Amino acid sequence: MIANYGFKDGSGDWYVTIDTDKCNGCGKCMEVCPEKILEVGPDEFDIFREEPVAFVKHDERKKVRYSCAPCKPGFCEQPAPCVAVCEPGAISHSEGWKALYGR
Amino acid sequence: MVQQGKPVEFWRWPETNWVNPDIDWEKGKFVTAGVDVGSVSTQVVILMDGEFFAFGNTRTGSDSPNSAKKGMDYALEKTGLKLENIDYCIGTGYGRVNVPMAQQAVTEISCHARGANFMYGPDVRTVMDMGGQDCKAINVDDRAKVLNFIMNDKCAAGTGRGMEVFADLIHVPVWEVGPRSFQISKEPPSISSTCVVFAKSEVVGLLEQGVPENEIVAAYCSAMAHRIMELLKRLGVKEKFVITGGIAKNEGVVKRLEKELGIKTAEQAWANLQYRKKNYPFDTQLAGAMGAALFGQAFLKMGKAKSARKA
Ligand code: SF4
Ligand code: SF4
Repeated sequence: MIANYGFKDGSGDWYVTIDTDKCNGCGKCMEVCPEKILEVGPDEFDIFREEPVAFVKHDERKKVRYSCAPCKPGFCEQPAPCVAVCEPGAISHSEGWKALYGR
Repeated sequence: MVQQGKPVEFWRWPETNWVNPDIDWEKGKFVTAGVDVGSVSTQVVILMDGEFFAFGNTRTGSDSPNSAKKGMDYALEKTGLKLENIDYCIGTGYGRVNVPMAQQAVTEISCHARGANFMYGPDVRTVMDMGGQDCKAINVDDRAKVLNFIMNDKCAAGTGRGMEVFADLIHVPVWEVGPRSFQISKEPPSISSTCVVFAKSEVVGLLEQGVPENEIVAAYCSAMAHRIMELLKRLGVKEKFVITGGIAKNEGVVKRLEKELGIKTAEQAWANLQYRKKNYPFDTQLAGAMGAALFGQAFLKMGKAKSARKA
């Protein structure tokens, strides 16, 4: 499942996307995230799934644009910490930040 | 017959309930309930061995526990069934964790996917649910598994609540918004504000300028259709495409959305031909509660849950 957490507004698309078919629930993203917006636990969108999965915390979903801004996901020479640490490559970000910080 | 309750308010749909005359619940094995407590309305669906048995569609009250109780009482009203006779109850919606009679809570996304699959059929691929507080678009497979979802809960303008604020503001009942939005000589430019507060002042401005009421209604409907389209664009819409929730009853928004997307929404009718023949009520607002009640059936059958029946 492709889970999009975040929002869209007049200025762009601000989503942290987690591919739950790739995610193995290892929890590394949660540990490295400087803003502590990620969590690993039961999959609330697929209740038949047994393994834990990564997701963006409830209260953080409306704020991802600002929380993720320091990481400049999708733009910086370095990938965002969560993306860098995720071995199966389950995390990505929408274009909002790239449009904002890119040249 | 579907019973219509209480007098009108501009901003909410009337309350309704129904019981299936063809089912004797005492003969059934599992009776499950789904309770969908939204910010504006609350739906309760009761299933007997996976068959549609009863529902109640009421307004959400001051808090979730009371709304859930009120919805449940209304759904049970003509069934002869008591709360104690229900094997398993699942809460969903905005207030899902505050449903006192529920054994479990499941997200609206899962429940709407499941409910739409049951109501419209397994060929449903995209479900768009416009709730009071947020708006969700979901791609599903034939077994109602969620493949991809996106929500937009940043701002009330693109939500059911936005439409209600609007209906109240211009004193047009929500159920008249759709038809009225087509009683115009030409399609006006849509309301440009994406924020509910600004949209409100924009509407007040238009009223003061003497713009005909129906044109303002049309402008608001097309603004909402556009907001939904933006969200759907990111997800990718596939047929069969269905809209659940109260907004599905607003053709002013639905028709404009279909035009923008170039895709028609599926007919609001049961996939189950028996249900169709027997004229069982089909209410787009029931999808979430329906899905919740279906999960209850699945859990009991799979042995993932134990019956909580007390009598
Ligand atoms: S690091 Fe990747 S695989 Fe591990 S929990 Fe996070 S998203 Fe899932
Ligand atoms: S981009 Fe940065 S703040 Fe955002 S989830 Fe990843 S690590 Fe956390």
